[in-house]
Amino acid sequence: MNRLSYLIGRLVKGVFVILAIGVLAFLVIRLVPGDPVAVIAGKSGAVDAEYMDNLRQKLGLDQPLVVQLGIFLKGLVQGDLGQSYRQGAPVSAIILERLPATLLLTLSASAISILLGVLAGAMAARRRGTWADSAIGTLALLFYATPLFWMGLMAILLFSLVLGWFPAFGMVSADMRYEGIRHVLDVLHHLIMPMTILGLFYMAVYARLTRASMLEVSEMDFVRTARAKGLPESYITRRHILRNALLPIITFAGIQAGHLIGGTVLIETVFGWPGIGRLAFDSLLQRDYPVLLGIFIVTSAMVVIFNILTDLLYTLVDPRIEVNK
Amino acid sequence: MRPMNVSSGQSSAAHPLLEVRGLTVALPEGADRSNAVEEISYQLHSGKITCIVGESGSGKSMTANAIMGLLPKPHVKVSAGQLLFNGSDLLARPDSEMRTVRGADISMIFQEPMTALNPLLTVGEQIAEVLCKNGPLPRKELRDRITKLLADMNLPEPETLQDSYPFRLSGGQRQRIMIAMALALNPKLLIADEPTTALDVTTQKQILHLIREQQKRHGMGVMFITHDFGVVAEIADHIVVMEKGEVVEEGSVEAVLNSPQHPYTRKLIAAVPTLDDHASTTPSEVPLLSVQNICKTFKTRSGMFTKKREVNALRSVSFDLHEGEIIGLVGESGSGKSTLARSVMQLSDIDSGKIAINGEQIGSLGQKLPSFIQFVFQDPYASLNPRRRIGSALTIGPIHHGVPKAEAISRAREMLDVVGLDASAMDRFPHEFSGGQRQRIGIARALTMQPRVLIADEAVSALDVSVQKQVLRLLEDIRLKMGIAILFVTHDLRVAATICHRLLVMRKGEIVEEGPTREIFENPKSEYTKSLLEAVPGKNWHKPVLEERV
Repeated sequence: MNRLSYLIGRLVKGVFVILAIGVLAFLVIRLVPGDPVAVIAGKSGAVDAEYMDNLRQKLGLDQPLVVQLGIFLKGLVQGDLGQSYRQGAPVSAIILERLPATLLLTLSASAISILLGVLAGAMAARRRGTWADSAIGTLALLFYATPLFWMGLMAILLFSLVLGWFPAFGMVSADMRYEGIRHVLDVLHHLIMPMTILGLFYMAVYARLTRASMLEVSEMDFVRTARAKGLPESYITRRHILRNALLPIITFAGIQAGHLIGGTVLIETVFGWPGIGRLAFDSLLQRDYPVLLGIFIVTSAMVVIFNILTDLLYTLVDPRIEVNK
Repeated sequence: MRPMNVSSGQSSAAHPLLEVRGLTVALPEGADRSNAVEEISYQLHSGKITCIVGESGSGKSMTANAIMGLLPKPHVKVSAGQLLFNGSDLLARPDSEMRTVRGADISMIFQEPMTALNPLLTVGEQIAEVLCKNGPLPRKELRDRITKLLADMNLPEPETLQDSYPFRLSGGQRQRIMIAMALALNPKLLIADEPTTALDVTTQKQILHLIREQQKRHGMGVMFITHDFGVVAEIADHIVVMEKGEVVEEGSVEAVLNSPQHPYTRKLIAAVPTLDDHASTTPSEVPLLSVQNICKTFKTRSGMFTKKREVNALRSVSFDLHEGEIIGLVGESGSGKSTLARSVMQLSDIDSGKIAINGEQIGSLGQKLPSFIQFVFQDPYASLNPRRRIGSALTIGPIHHGVPKAEAISRAREMLDVVGLDASAMDRFPHEFSGGQRQRIGIARALTMQPRVLIADEAVSALDVSVQKQVLRLLEDIRLKMGIAILFVTHDLRVAATICHRLLVMRKGEIVEEGPTREIFENPKSEYTKSLLEAVPGKNWHKPVLEERV
């Protein structure tokens, strides 16, 4: 078996996982009280029975649940996520429009949390039992325990309203139509606050994991061998301890990357970030089932993809796991 | 840059390479004694192998760590004494200077070759770390030097081997890599801490040979730490015997091995099992346990990353075990001994063949099986649940099998008595006992099920020789008193010689030779058995007859 056929196998399994999630999500959404037709009709101010029946028929909501599920799955297999109730546009187009913003936010926040978390954890492990160790532990826990939205609000209060360093809202300056490099810089300027807040929040987990993992590895026999070789302590920490300690962190990062997308619902709402997190929130309020389902499918697909990437990364980092020639 | 100018060949018998002078290593408060070693003094010389011998807790490894400057900081530290290396005190040097000494002037190899190498770096990269200690070398030169080092260790294909990761290598090969790494910068002193304890006897023999060969070639001094007098007899020039942090006896190899003076040395030597002790018995007619043609193949599924592999762990193995008989199952790691033991116990399934107890097919025994066969495990530390009191560990089995609680408790007390422990042990936890005591508890636990057959899987391998001897004696007593049959799995032929009536020699899942112990030792037929016997450490040493003094 080679890497390619392994990859194909994993992808096929992934597709089934996504389909299963689709069915589950479809059923769970229907269990939530609230009638989309009533919401739509209520908004347009025409709540007469005939109009609502027509609307129901138009949206296919008059069919039995099983038939609706069948239609949904048929579309899903063909890559069609259906039409939005509210916006009348294809769901895939709506999500694709929002996805880059979310990916930018989550991936950069992931990178920040891993980078800061591993650094902080490594520092704590090396200075185990000192004030630096407890300070890092306390700070990391503080960020993790503080509600994400509150941290966001406070950051806006301080850095946007008081200090005026960063914009409080959105992804681009709406009044400026920047082009090229100016546009990139403008997005970065908007990105810094939500990215940092999200990154700090998840940093705690990485810091704790790195610390524990490094302390465990530093007890191992090969570290004693490295010391007996007379290698400098900082070199041993980097090359022997940290490298081995990173293995569980890679596993965790793969899982976490999926979670982060969930975490963006809050942060995107607070910072008015035009990603799928806020789209999910809006769609939920409006009972826009197709969009909501589409978001579930896309996020679960991302989790599946991240997991496959993690496993592939493992084969590169750990020689003991290998693809047969 | 070396911090000091050490010219080789300068030290002779008059100038020791390393002099341990009045060394005391203090343990943190709350330890079982205040000093790990107390005012010990001895000398190590260039061109000599000095064996430091003692049982666990004697402080032999602690001394080695003190010399290396690797005592676990900040809890354990040297509180008195000097370590004079070529006349200058190692203890007076700052950490940074000790680092340049380590791996260059003094290097060390360890007991567990399987875990002593970093799994994520290639063998070559790990050796290069030592070679490049004093600054980077050109790539070509580095590769050539590593190739030569590996070739010196008699490792196959040294050129390609340096790009392998440790997990591809056997224990013996890894230990050779460790030695290559230790010798890379031509150290004056090599400290070997039980370097062959975890290896099979034939591999042990090769590694001992290699250490001797390299020591002669480099003219270095070797500090060889071991608990095994057989190994001492093979390799030592000079012997230092340690007991509970003190040096109790020191002398040339002939003096200490043939006419030991100190009672502790005499006790240790008396406890060493030799190939000359043969147990024998006339077994009864009825086979208690009968194993016929059992086969077992392990298949690894073609998993995520690996090809399908098949290992024939057992190939048509047959034997009978009679009442009151002790059969030794010997062989090297991977020979299938443990698989056989586990199959008999029904802890793992067999592919084909029959196992019968008292003439009954094992499958039909169901619930009754545990009361026929019981297991005594290798690791007395891991085989008792640390959160369960001994009383509970001893009674849970019988109670589960329907014995009334009161009876189970009285049975447990009785068995504790049989294994020589006080009944008050019932209320205590495993951590309150020593390794030897725990192994006794393990035996008592097995006996509370009133078995007819005991399977002892390397049951004394983890124990010090003096404790080992007591446990072997206990097993023999139990056999005599209760008529229990024992299947004794061991890699140590000397232990097998002491206790087993018959031997089964296993190799690659097959029994290559079987017969009465005496016959096999005096007249081995298969080449494999011959090579095993040939590799037994200390086989040419005729142990002095010592009456034990109390």
